[in-house]
Amino acid sequence: MTGGENVTPQKIRRIILEQSKRAGVGHIGSALSVADIVAALYANVLRISDPDDPDRDRFILSKGHAALALYAALFLRGWLTEEGLNTFCGDGSLLGVHPEHALRGVDFCTGSLGHGVAMGVGAALAARLQQSSLRVFVLVSDAECNEGSLWEAAAFAAHHGLANLTVLVDLNGQQALGYTRDVLDMSPLAGRWRAFGWDVTDVDGHDAPAIASAVAGLNSASGPPHVLIARTTFGKGVSFMENQIKWHYWPMTDGEYELALHEVDQTP
Amino acid sequence: MRRAVVKALVELAECDPRILLLTGDLGYLVVEPFSERFPARFINVGVAEQNMIGVATGLAEAGFIPFVYSIVTFASLRPYEFIRNGPILHRFPVRILGVGGGVEYGHNGASHYGLEDVGVMRVQPGITVIAPADHEQARTAVRKTWDLPGPAYYRLGKDDESTVPGLAGRFELGRLEVIREGADLLFITMGSIAGTVAAAAESLAGDGVSCSVAVVASLNPAPVADLREILGRFPLVLTVEAHYLVGGVGSLVSEVIADSGLACRIVRCGIRSTPDGVSGSQAYLHEVHGLSAPKLADTAREALAALDNARSTGG
Repeated sequence: MTGGENVTPQKIRRIILEQSKRAGVGHIGSALSVADIVAALYANVLRISDPDDPDRDRFILSKGHAALALYAALFLRGWLTEEGLNTFCGDGSLLGVHPEHALRGVDFCTGSLGHGVAMGVGAALAARLQQSSLRVFVLVSDAECNEGSLWEAAAFAAHHGLANLTVLVDLNGQQALGYTRDVLDMSPLAGRWRAFGWDVTDVDGHDAPAIASAVAGLNSASGPPHVLIARTTFGKGVSFMENQIKWHYWPMTDGEYELALHEVDQTP
Repeated sequence: MRRAVVKALVELAECDPRILLLTGDLGYLVVEPFSERFPARFINVGVAEQNMIGVATGLAEAGFIPFVYSIVTFASLRPYEFIRNGPILHRFPVRILGVGGGVEYGHNGASHYGLEDVGVMRVQPGITVIAPADHEQARTAVRKTWDLPGPAYYRLGKDDESTVPGLAGRFELGRLEVIREGADLLFITMGSIAGTVAAAAESLAGDGVSCSVAVVASLNPAPVADLREILGRFPLVLTVEAHYLVGGVGSLVSEVIADSGLACRIVRCGIRSTPDGVSGSQAYLHEVHGLSAPKLADTAREALAALDNARSTGG
């Protein structure tokens, strides 16, 4: 298990369900929402020969509460053992609900929303100063765009023309306590990013090949930074979780778990 | 201190390409020696301190040693959570330069005062916290700590002219510096108010009160062993800081006294109340808050008298 070909959305979804059930924790819907994006990144986008290689592409899961999707990808790439994966949310584990830098393969600690883009900007600026061709990818939630600090970082990245930086927005329209249009409407999100000077691409966030293809078409050498507005469905792949607010935090019953696994297994 | 530190940074940056300087659009006529010598290694991030710390975190992950520059409160409080979740949790060598401790920005008002920065930084075990007393000590401190593995916070004064008598630029991480020896009373201070404390001690000497004065510039790691030793030799200590009473050097000394079971009595001198909107020079505000040399000398006399009284009544 070393290549990206092993990383598929279906495998990531299965691991999300298995681990969240085993640990009895929530954030399932948020992780399912980004399964295809994370699969696209770890299968076909990120140039990482080794998680310790200084010239590797950087990935920041700024919406840290979807960490299970990241752990699944690290496992499927062979950078995390099955034994390690199975410690998720256990006492003494490095695999908590939000990712920790101490875990090999996690470039930056996240969990507090609005932090990841700024660190990604620093990583992208560092690459420029070091004349490295590495690229930096930051996955944010749409609700995270409520955070003013994100827009500080967005302004800086555009001003400095950090073409090696790509932000992916998981546009699922939900946040912890409600739908984003009701809580704090940030639409039109693409327009806001464009107004900040970013190159904006709209993409189906559940079409992993399309996501990889969109990234492949970006100019990471010069020009503005890039944002992919990835249209997603919260809880994607499990019908009774899709677009349901309660699955931001809710853990599964045994019956729900069986049904969820069945649905994920039926969808390649 | 700020110019001395920038000068030291220029010298260090000549030898180490990892050093960068970021500013939150502050430091006019201060940062230019660096920005002109190393334009590609100087970044004005604009008025966005959270982003500045986040960017520095990303730079440090890639192997740089970024120094970030702003006024104390904008450097420490506005991006505090970014400092905690960034350089501290990642153990990255980001250097935060906060300028204008206490009420140095006098007429600029309360928004510009740095009254709790040492306190909020000192509660984090993972960050070195340094508050030099003058520009010579600031220079030494930066030259001795710039390449520490984890993050560091420096509380810098604006004064690049005066020096604290007896200090001679000495600094050791985790140590205190004794700048005056005396037998009756111990002053312990931090930051640029040390010069005022030295003046108070001098004035008390004229009245026959012999004072020791110790400067704590290394707040984290704290000079616990040094404090324990010196506090054990005095019945009374006055701590003096341009900082709220809680969290700074007065708190530190109280902790050491309590932890070590020492008999030394403590009187903490610092800012006791939220600024009330009254503007004024630093000297005026120090007077208002009991931190001028004459007021400190008065407090010392009262504390000694109270101690004598307590002894004579068996208290």
